[in-house]
Amino acid sequence: MSSPRGGDKEGGRDGERQIHVLAVDDSSVDRAVIAKLLRSSKYRVTAVDSAKKALELLGTEPNVNMIITDYSMPEMTGYELLKRVKESPTLREIPVVIMSSENDPDKINRCLEEGAEDFLLKPVRPSDVSRLCGRMRS
Amino acid sequence: MSLMALREQLNVLVNSMFLEGLLDQQFRQLQMLQDASSPGFVAEVITLFCEDSERMLTELTKLLDQAVVDYQKVDAYVHQLKGSSSSVGAQNVKLACIQFKQFCEENNKEGCLSALNMVKHQYYSLRSKFDTMLQLEQRIQAYGSEQQN
Repeated sequence: MSSPRGGDKEGGRDGERQIHVLAVDDSSVDRAVIAKLLRSSKYRVTAVDSAKKALELLGTEPNVNMIITDYSMPEMTGYELLKRVKESPTLREIPVVIMSSENDPDKINRCLEEGAEDFLLKPVRPSDVSRLCGRMRS
Repeated sequence: MSLMALREQLNVLVNSMFLEGLLDQQFRQLQMLQDASSPGFVAEVITLFCEDSERMLTELTKLLDQAVVDYQKVDAYVHQLKGSSSSVGAQNVKLACIQFKQFCEENNKEGCLSALNMVKHQYYSLRSKFDTMLQLEQRIQAYGSEQQN
């Protein structure tokens, strides 16, 4: 796994910025789990409970290397968040991974066609996070 | 009780929960994620799960008490509960939610009421054991702190 190595406080190599992942999930349980999974891989994690908050953060915090979002959320779904990111000239290069508890081929294809980097079935495992490590925005 | 005895009691409890189908391998995943940097991770997730579940069970009870049931809202809550129980490894709760969703899809009020009772039964059985688990964890951690002082 090519996660950042090194002895500094943030876990990155000397002179290298730590990879920052934005996790979006309206479930507090799932947010805690995905944040822990990502932090165990030495990523810096910001976890928010809605797509709206994710977009607000992305407007102010440019250094996000990946977005990982639940599909089913009230008000704005993960799919809608994906579309907004891919339509934005400043955000479109950020890889977006969708998570869902439903193994729905139509849903999966729709997300991949819209430019999702990957689609993870919940509950997310450490092996799922491992396979994302080479696909963060540099 | 010695530290070893406390740990043994905790192991026996957790193993029995697996054997009874209260927990599945997802719970083991959570245990494996707990480390020195986050010694309270499992307790945190359990607490969040219990808070969320009780809130959702309250809402589901209210929704099914209505003369005209909004099955879309019921389904949304059951979906959430199924999701969080799956994430925690709460197997029996998850299975009960799957049954519940079936009845929602059929707009079957009697079925939903029965399913809600089953979910509550499974959840409170699990909750009782989670409470014991957390108490044992706290005693183990306190023992560890006393030994260091």
